Amino acid sequence: MRNEREFPSADGAGAGQGVGARLPRKEDDRLMRGRGQFVADIRLAGLQDVAFVRSPLAHALIRGIHVPERYRGCVFTAADLTGVNPIRAVSGLPGFKISEQPVLATGKVRQVGELVAMCVAPTRAEAEDIAAAVTLDLEELPAVYDMLRAREPGSALVHEHWGDNVFLETNFEVDISRAFDAPIKVSREISTARQCMSPLEGRGVVATFDHRLDQLTLYSSAQMPHITRSGLAECLGMEQGRIRIVSSDVGGGFGHKGILLPEEVCLSWLTMRRGHPVRWTEDRREHLTASSNCREHHYKITVFADRDGRLRGIDCEATVDSGAYSSYPFSACLEAAQVASILPGPYLMPAYRCRTFSVATNKCPILPYRGVARTGVCFALELMLDLVAVEAGLEPGEVRLRNLVQPEQMPFDNITKKHFDSGDYPEAMRRALASIDVEGVRVRQRKGEADGRRIGVGVSIYCEQAAHGTSVYSGWGIPMVPGHEQASARLTPDGGLELRVGVHSHGQGMETTLAQVAHEMLGVDVAKVRLILGDTAMTPYSTGTWGSRSMVMAGGAVATACRELGERARRIGAKLLQHDPAAVVLQNGEVRGVNGSVTLKEIAHTWYRRPQDLPPDVDPGGLEVTSGYKPQRDSGTFSYAAHAAVVAVDPDLGEIEILDYVIVEDGGVLVNPMVVDGQIYGGLAQGIGTALYEEMPFDAAGQPLATTLADYLLPGPTEVPAPRLDHMETPSPYTLFGVKGIGEGGAIAPPAAIANAVNDALRPLGVELMQSPITPYRVVEAVLAAREAERPAA
Amino acid sequence: MKPAPFGYERPRDLQAALAVLGEAKTSAKIIAGGQSLGPMLNLRLVEPQLIVDITGLAELKQVERRGDELVLGACVTHADVEDGRIPDVTRGAMQRVAGNIAYRAVRNRGTVGGSLSHADPAADWVSALSALGARLTLRSGAGARMVAMEHFIVGALESALRDGEIVETIHVPAMRASAHWGYAKSCRKTGEFAHAIGAILIDPSAASARVVIGAIDSAPIVITNAAELFGGRIAGDYKDRFDARVADVMLATAGVSNAAHRHIHVNVLKRAVREAAA
Repeated sequence: MRNEREFPSADGAGAGQGVGARLPRKEDDRLMRGRGQFVADIRLAGLQDVAFVRSPLAHALIRGIHVPERYRGCVFTAADLTGVNPIRAVSGLPGFKISEQPVLATGKVRQVGELVAMCVAPTRAEAEDIAAAVTLDLEELPAVYDMLRAREPGSALVHEHWGDNVFLETNFEVDISRAFDAPIKVSREISTARQCMSPLEGRGVVATFDHRLDQLTLYSSAQMPHITRSGLAECLGMEQGRIRIVSSDVGGGFGHKGILLPEEVCLSWLTMRRGHPVRWTEDRREHLTASSNCREHHYKITVFADRDGRLRGIDCEATVDSGAYSSYPFSACLEAAQVASILPGPYLMPAYRCRTFSVATNKCPILPYRGVARTGVCFALELMLDLVAVEAGLEPGEVRLRNLVQPEQMPFDNITKKHFDSGDYPEAMRRALASIDVEGVRVRQRKGEADGRRIGVGVSIYCEQAAHGTSVYSGWGIPMVPGHEQASARLTPDGGLELRVGVHSHGQGMETTLAQVAHEMLGVDVAKVRLILGDTAMTPYSTGTWGSRSMVMAGGAVATACRELGERARRIGAKLLQHDPAAVVLQNGEVRGVNGSVTLKEIAHTWYRRPQDLPPDVDPGGLEVTSGYKPQRDSGTFSYAAHAAVVAVDPDLGEIEILDYVIVEDGGVLVNPMVVDGQIYGGLAQGIGTALYEEMPFDAAGQPLATTLADYLLPGPTEVPAPRLDHMETPSPYTLFGVKGIGEGGAIAPPAAIANAVNDALRPLGVELMQSPITPYRVVEAVLAAREAERPAA
Repeated sequence: MKPAPFGYERPRDLQAALAVLGEAKTSAKIIAGGQSLGPMLNLRLVEPQLIVDITGLAELKQVERRGDELVLGACVTHADVEDGRIPDVTRGAMQRVAGNIAYRAVRNRGTVGGSLSHADPAADWVSALSALGARLTLRSGAGARMVAMEHFIVGALESALRDGEIVETIHVPAMRASAHWGYAKSCRKTGEFAHAIGAILIDPSAASARVVIGAIDSAPIVITNAAELFGGRIAGDYKDRFDARVADVMLATAGVSNAAHRHIHVNVLKRAVREAAA
């Protein structure tokens, strides 16, 4: 079903390559053969390696940096970086307090791992030897390591001149007092752990300067290269034209590669100072302890409902640990401020109040991670809905069905003015409940398990704003506001098609899916479509890939550019066929009239090689078009999904096994359903990590405690079940083809569904877990506490 | 994550290796499979001046059955055991333990002697070989001595090895036909280090048992006289007589102060007992 029938569809000869085709990914040939090119694969003549001296303390005054005499000239500190500006990511929201992140620490350090000095040597090992020989004279200050205590008066201060530790406080309230007399009132504290995003490939930077072009070239594993360029230019005080960012193959982004790194600024400065290329590749310890974190939320939440389970309102105070600095360009407050706008979820909500705090601590800056605030929000809200179900004596699924926005209400403006574009949320829930077989689980629960484990079933549902544009982001007032997305389309003289886009692909399969969009428009064989991306010198400006926006925005831009290109080709074709232009159509890669047809290849050959055959009024722009696109309404698409899990819990060992997992999702029209399935599998794996494994704990000195992957556990193949997927396909009324953003969704709902299933399994024991990840230790601790509580008083 | 500079020697035979170790005036570390030492070097958690690579020593890869015991060279890999390339004297017990050590890539390179020398309390061989009653031959330039497993591991990452000494062979007693074996561990994910290990070798007909509670923060608890765990006597009904409270007290005595941790350890041991009785 497509809502834009004006586009030529690729039926006939080209069938099976356009929108909706399950094409194998073009990029996999090189990636699966180990021929991808990542930053660490780049070899430039004269390249030297950089290692950083990083702060061993979370909070300290720098009294001195001592460089051994023999290493003078190979070590650089903040004192050397004259003219380099700190990283500033300011939000325009009222009351936002500004942090300045020096690219090398000045005066004091505010997190473990903060860059203090940069050491350069022919190899990384030698650079690390130099770094190990540099000694720091630090005067330790009390560490701010707990975001709730950080809000209290008298706390040590991360940025003294603020007077407190709050980047931003927001307040939102609609009619909350009308909910207070509700017969069901459930209050809890809920929290999610601090996480590291852990892409397979960490960050990496190679910097070099080209004197002929008078241009700094920065190779970086980055998902938003044009934004990196803008931020880098601001820090270095350079014209943007003197900077080129190249992001080659990227081994996973997830938001981690969306920020401007102090390392990028440092290496850019260093290559210009030293006159040779320099490289830094993030190692796993740097990633875990020093780079950036995500997800750490705390909710103090009350849900009000009627006896029949219908929601009356939510009252919430949410705190997000934003870390020491505001990251460029998303800022330190995007996460918490989003909590307030999305906490009501996909539900009808008559009353609502939410206060949020973005709190500064002596930890790595927080970044938006796949799903951004939604994973925490979904966890908090969906755990609370299960408690409403208990109070109301209803199945958890039934409580959802009574409160979800109904399909006939679409499009729907919710209590926070989110505009849900389309969909049938209750149907997704009904299908998930049927597929997971809640009734069957209940029967099995009554019988009990031979091995002493306990079975539980849990559900969760969310809707996710994606590809939201100018009207939404201008409100945040951060350094980046997306406008029209652009793409270039160019026919080559032999009839191939080159596409240039400013978004980037780091696992999403865009070399295939954007080629499918082009095929849909022009009928060019997908094998003959080349996608050029990840290079500011070769692509149109874009805010890049984030917010599940690329298929909506870049897909729309590619389609628009291809449509204009097709129109120009059609006019040339009409001349070659000696037809009135009104009498020919472009179909399946050729221009057809009543008397015959001419292929795009022949038309391209004419434009480039036989211009004497062109019509006199030919468009002088030729067969190269740059065009832009924005959906009819830029408030975003809303994909959604219902997840359902059955788990077995061993109450004595705390071990949790996922026995069954069902996902019913609706991402609108799917350009390549197989690629979407892959996105969902990957998101599920990350969601299981959030639910059961991943946690970066800190001690009272602000030291990160999981410094290797032996301590920071990521789910592996044996921890991720094969989910059963069911697709619904409700087009967005506002986008080309009806597509919706879908890339992040898989990671949003699993923690809530799994936690609800665990709580369902353990509820008869009096156990309730309200914190992620649910570790064996936490399960056993809660089981023992419940047994203790049940023991009659002596 | 690159190691600090170090010297490297790859001796041709055991005598040469012992000579290098004996002469070393600097800090030396032996490397075999490198599955623990490699990451520790890269993280600069250890910065030895000399690495002595014993992977080329044919003497340490030999395996033979001598009477009632199996004698394994220290450089036999976990995969050698897993794949059945060594004689089976434990009725499959060692093979099953080996097959669940970490990941296959680790098992391909990691060695039994290296794992024991590293003395990580969470390592499978530390607990399993203690329960099986294994002994080790330790050799230096000055000669050899034999040490029982329960005396070899003295603490977390601490063994009885002296300077210049290396694990030469592991002696595993053949398991009697009347003995029952149980081995259980709890890991947060497949292949990760266990946070609790329970092992039991029990022979009801001989009224004897060796029980190990492993993966605690110190050397494993090795109980050679295990009757009190089973209500004072070891007999065919041992599964039903297993007394969790006694195990809990043993853990508390060993310094495991957290009740939830003790609960997990006791229940993992209970799982091992059930497996033995099955």
